[in-house]
Amino acid sequence: MKKLILVLAFLLPNAVFAAGGGVHLDTANYDLTDKASLQNGAKLFQNYCLGCHQMQYQRYQRAFADLGIPVELGQENLQFTGEKPGEFIKNGMPSESAAKWFGAPPPDLTLVARVRGADWLYTYLRTFYVDESRPFGVNNLVFPEVGMPHVLQELQGLPRKTTEQHMVDGEMVDRYVGIKSDGTGELSPEEYDSAVLDLVNYLVYTGEPSRLESESIGRWVLVFLLVFFVLIYLLKKDYWRDVH
Amino acid sequence: MFKNLMDWIEYRLPIMRVANMHAIQYPAPRNMNFWYVFGFLATIVLVNQLVTGIWLTMSFEPSAERAFASVEYIMRDVEYGWILRYMHSTGASAFFIVVYLHMFRGMIYGSYQKPRELLWLFGMFIYLALMAEAFMGYVLPWGQMSYWGAQVIVSLFSAIPVIGPDLVIWIQGDYVISGATLNRFFALHVIALPLVIVILVFLHIVALHEVGSNNPDGTDVKRKKGSLTEEEKTKFKMHEYYTSKYDIVDDIVPFFPHIVLKDLVAFSLFLIAFCYVMFFNPGMGGYFLEHPNFEIANPLKTPEHIFPVWYFTPFYAILKAVPHKLGGVICMFAAIVALALLPWIDRGRVKSWRYRCGLHRWNLIVFAGVFIFLGYLGGTPQEAWKIIASQILTIMYFGFFFLLWIYSKNEKTKPVPARITG
Repeated sequence: MKKLILVLAFLLPNAVFAAGGGVHLDTANYDLTDKASLQNGAKLFQNYCLGCHQMQYQRYQRAFADLGIPVELGQENLQFTGEKPGEFIKNGMPSESAAKWFGAPPPDLTLVARVRGADWLYTYLRTFYVDESRPFGVNNLVFPEVGMPHVLQELQGLPRKTTEQHMVDGEMVDRYVGIKSDGTGELSPEEYDSAVLDLVNYLVYTGEPSRLESESIGRWVLVFLLVFFVLIYLLKKDYWRDVH
Repeated sequence: MFKNLMDWIEYRLPIMRVANMHAIQYPAPRNMNFWYVFGFLATIVLVNQLVTGIWLTMSFEPSAERAFASVEYIMRDVEYGWILRYMHSTGASAFFIVVYLHMFRGMIYGSYQKPRELLWLFGMFIYLALMAEAFMGYVLPWGQMSYWGAQVIVSLFSAIPVIGPDLVIWIQGDYVISGATLNRFFALHVIALPLVIVILVFLHIVALHEVGSNNPDGTDVKRKKGSLTEEEKTKFKMHEYYTSKYDIVDDIVPFFPHIVLKDLVAFSLFLIAFCYVMFFNPGMGGYFLEHPNFEIANPLKTPEHIFPVWYFTPFYAILKAVPHKLGGVICMFAAIVALALLPWIDRGRVKSWRYRCGLHRWNLIVFAGVFIFLGYLGGTPQEAWKIIASQILTIMYFGFFFLLWIYSKNEKTKPVPARITG
């Protein structure tokens, strides 16, 4: 039995999907209870993502309710084309044309956080870099040859792969140190990271809107079960007392 | 008044007689340890799957166009639909966990040996039906892994000579996996296979109660009629169905309340683990719900890696270990057939590993390790060393049965106690 547990414990780390093409993924410390962050994420999504990507399984109304946004306020600020609040978050882009423009239709993003994971998204949105050989002039570290332009350029500025000169074995060598913006964006690097985290937070939320409710119900269920276990255990002990 | 009503019914339908015989005054060895709770747990999970399944069916739409969206409809718009769906998806994995432990219990205590061969066979049929049920259920959400997993598994049938390719088209109901396949899998998943499983479980339990439960000592608690003194007989009231045929040793407890209470203790522990997963981590890191399955099925986009769900991965590793397609399929089925033939491969007379030779104990432990390691190999991306490893482990898997067949004849065993110990 101990052996079995040991083997299982050894196997468990493999459960974590490493779908980053070998690139180290930064940890996204998102917080589903942070309503301000989620609201900012929703705003970013509506402004920068919805042009091409849909959330065809998520309704506006549900997002408003879960994020603490009054319906009128949400309709004014987050719904741009006059849909009813009960409708799905969709755009009008015909998927055939989209496939022609980008090589493949932009994927639906309702569940993208469950497919890719929060860390992947957080890293992906922060690792676009200038690559003139690509149709949109940018490439991505975790998604090489990506068909998507850098839509957050307005916020981040133009990111470039930067290198520093180092002395290695008496020779000057260029060493890659990361991606740095040229500073033309509206946000500082720290502000940009935090904005991306908000967007990721929102995508994690839409991937599973019931997450928080699930955990709050779950805690009570576990408390009940622990009490149930103790009572049943005592009852069992009592009945088995006479069995030698 | 109430008693009159009960008598009126009992006269026409033997409710109390059957309950007494099978659920109350059924003699169970008192030394049945924690390994003996998994049959009860499997029954509970079966009920969970049936009940949540009914409610899921109310909102699920079995078509290629609507299946994926209707699952998200259940997750978002149906009141507490997410609980139903997670109970069902967590239940599927839980089913295999308890069934694998239940089977291993049968192996270490020799519960498949005479006179329980048929009981073991019914169990193996349940396991087969369960695999088919789980596979078809996994196709229904119509995600990427549903689609490509179905592609891989259905294409196995094409390895069958002559009729293979036509058989695949017949199974799919189309030239490719399509909405037609989804529709028929839905029919089989919600009606045909559950019916088969429920009937087999019924037969499994009837066969068990006919021959009686085994126990960790493998000592029989039933003796020839008239061979025991009153002192040696059990003090508990057992159903006359059993007492009229045998004398029952004072080593048993009645099913109710003793065994039921013990099972309930296990049940509450099981529920704690189950609910923890269901409420806090229903995807189980991609094992219970695979990440790519949150993307809708796309016949034009092959996923980077295609794995079956964890409970099939040991057999998947065996399939991939054999370089020849038909050979791989044969080996995979042979792996299950070998298990089913265990009562005849094992030629020993002593049941429990407590009283069998040391080699037997090691053989069983290694076999369990091999099975888990094969599962790891079948569920992770292919690498060169893994092919060789899975070939070695496949040989070791079948080696278990071969060794058992060899040493179980004229095996050096310890004396089995006449009465149940500890």
